[in-house]
Amino acid sequence: MLHRESGVFKTSYAADMALYPLPIARWTILAIVVLFTVIVPWSLHEYYLSIINLSLIAIVGALGLNILTGYTGQISVGHAAFMSVGAYTAANLAVKLGLPFWITLPAGGLMAALVGAIVGIPSLRIKGLYLAIATLAGQLIIEWIINHTPAISGGAQASIQVPRPALFGHELRTQGQLYFFLLFFTGVAIVATLNLVRSRIGRAFVAIRDQDIAAEIIGINIYRYKLLSFAISSFYAGVCGVLYTYYLGIANYEQFQIVVSIDYLAMIIIGGLGSVLGSILGAVFVTMLPIVLRLAMEPLAGLFFSPGEMSSVIASTRLVLFGGLIIFFLVMEPEGLNRLWRNIRNYFRSWPFSY
Amino acid sequence: MWDEAQFALSLLVSGLSIGLMYSLIALGFVLVYKATDAINFSQGEFVMLAGFVAAIAASAQGMPAIGSVAIAIAVMVAFSFALERIVLRPLLGRPIIAVIMATIGLGAMLRGLPPITVGGETRALPLPIGDTPVSLGPASLPPIQIAGVVVTFALLGIFSWFFLKSRMGIAMRAVADNQQVAMAMGINVERYFALAWAMAGIVSALGGVIWGSMLGVDVHLALIGLKVFPVVILGGLDSIVGAVVGGVIIGVVESLAAGYLDPYVGGGTKDFAPYVLMIIALMFRPYGIFGTRRIERV
Repeated sequence: MLHRESGVFKTSYAADMALYPLPIARWTILAIVVLFTVIVPWSLHEYYLSIINLSLIAIVGALGLNILTGYTGQISVGHAAFMSVGAYTAANLAVKLGLPFWITLPAGGLMAALVGAIVGIPSLRIKGLYLAIATLAGQLIIEWIINHTPAISGGAQASIQVPRPALFGHELRTQGQLYFFLLFFTGVAIVATLNLVRSRIGRAFVAIRDQDIAAEIIGINIYRYKLLSFAISSFYAGVCGVLYTYYLGIANYEQFQIVVSIDYLAMIIIGGLGSVLGSILGAVFVTMLPIVLRLAMEPLAGLFFSPGEMSSVIASTRLVLFGGLIIFFLVMEPEGLNRLWRNIRNYFRSWPFSY
Repeated sequence: MWDEAQFALSLLVSGLSIGLMYSLIALGFVLVYKATDAINFSQGEFVMLAGFVAAIAASAQGMPAIGSVAIAIAVMVAFSFALERIVLRPLLGRPIIAVIMATIGLGAMLRGLPPITVGGETRALPLPIGDTPVSLGPASLPPIQIAGVVVTFALLGIFSWFFLKSRMGIAMRAVADNQQVAMAMGINVERYFALAWAMAGIVSALGGVIWGSMLGVDVHLALIGLKVFPVVILGGLDSIVGAVVGGVIIGVVESLAAGYLDPYVGGGTKDFAPYVLMIIALMFRPYGIFGTRRIERV
């Protein structure tokens, strides 16, 4: 990740796809692991940890959407709906049956995967614009059903209080404890995605994205892999929704409305379509943006707006910036932050002696 | 029995008129798709923007209603030109997802702009047509809906003439049919792309004035854009007649669903029924009732 190799000496595909391109990469990974398990949690204040926690949750969701949209090329405007399916499944299981998180979490993910595969069925016949609209319909219909079924949504306000996740009888309460809880699942999600995209399945996804007819000719069962892509992506979304629910302590449909789907699309476009690092960068960027914006705007905007208007002004500024960034990256740098990062690396590869 | 029939009839009439007003907005979408193959996910935000421009213009001292409509049209045409030039032209030849996402981003931008520039409070946009409901047999309609129906039919007539008879309209159909051949025949394709967006701007401006004066102008006006997709999918993405027929079907279904189902499920079927209908249409006839059958099977 941070190393500088002196040239390309790969002689096999296996070497090209290795997770550790050079022996030194192991040390980089180790350093990153130490940074996040030891240094970050013990040195940062609760408030900063809470921001990191939100980013960790967003990373899981962004990875899921990137598998579907970035790797398989199937656009989805309904990601937040799958998150809500996972969230409400887990919340109902946790509250009504009293199940612990290590059962509700996969259950939420699997439920979301099932619903995602159902919403993905139209993708077998339609693509592009039609698929975008079909997933939009999926988002609106799932939102409506959850909101109008008291058995799912817990009646008034459509929100369910969830008990804190407990590990060996210990309730995870503080941001620091939740940090490790979330870090574990995000780490698993990142490693799983890295391995998924190197596998037969991941290569089939990329083949479908690049040219679906050619993919079919070389023997990829398009139906199966498209549905699989929807299911895997929704599984991530469901897990993301469950994590978010446990983090907030409440499942609320307002956290999973269509604007959230657009946030996730923004993450993977800004981060970089079809890249794991891009999903991470995009998720962190999009999560940080409103927080940085608030810090930057609070002293400034006070001159122009009354305190009552502040929150709506900040929310609107965030929307404008999001929209602007999506357009900017699409027009100027379609490969997103991931590409910028690669450019920086390539520049430093031969750095003081570039010629 | 008689009450039943009257209830059904009044639902039908209000559904028809609302549906035709949906068509007005869907027309903007169809025009752009027909000529440039670009998908505009921010049609609702276009309408909202036009509503804001018209409402601000109308609040100026001594501004006649026609003046504010003219200003809205002028601003929307300029905006559409700029949008085509700055955002969509660089995306030509890129995957369809890129255009979809760019217009989604544009929509987010447009929704965020009014509260930080002109204030997000709801504005009234009065039109000099009064507001005493006009009774049509058993049903009665507010005059703004009648105005919307009239505008939709007027635009339908104008566009039918434009595409069938005028030189520019025929050129635009050629561009829509095959860009390279059109180019070879000496048609300036890029200019017609800009023209198509400008026409969509005009339609959105009229839609913004009509819907804005019915609902009041604020950022929620953009939600009307969500109704565009069921309408155009049902009618056919590239058919102007389809937009009108699709709008009528969606309007009627929505009105009947709201009238008959809402008491049982606790409201909200109005937003739900069009999408269910659309999913069914997507599964069986994705190119719509009047659309060109060129969808690629995968």
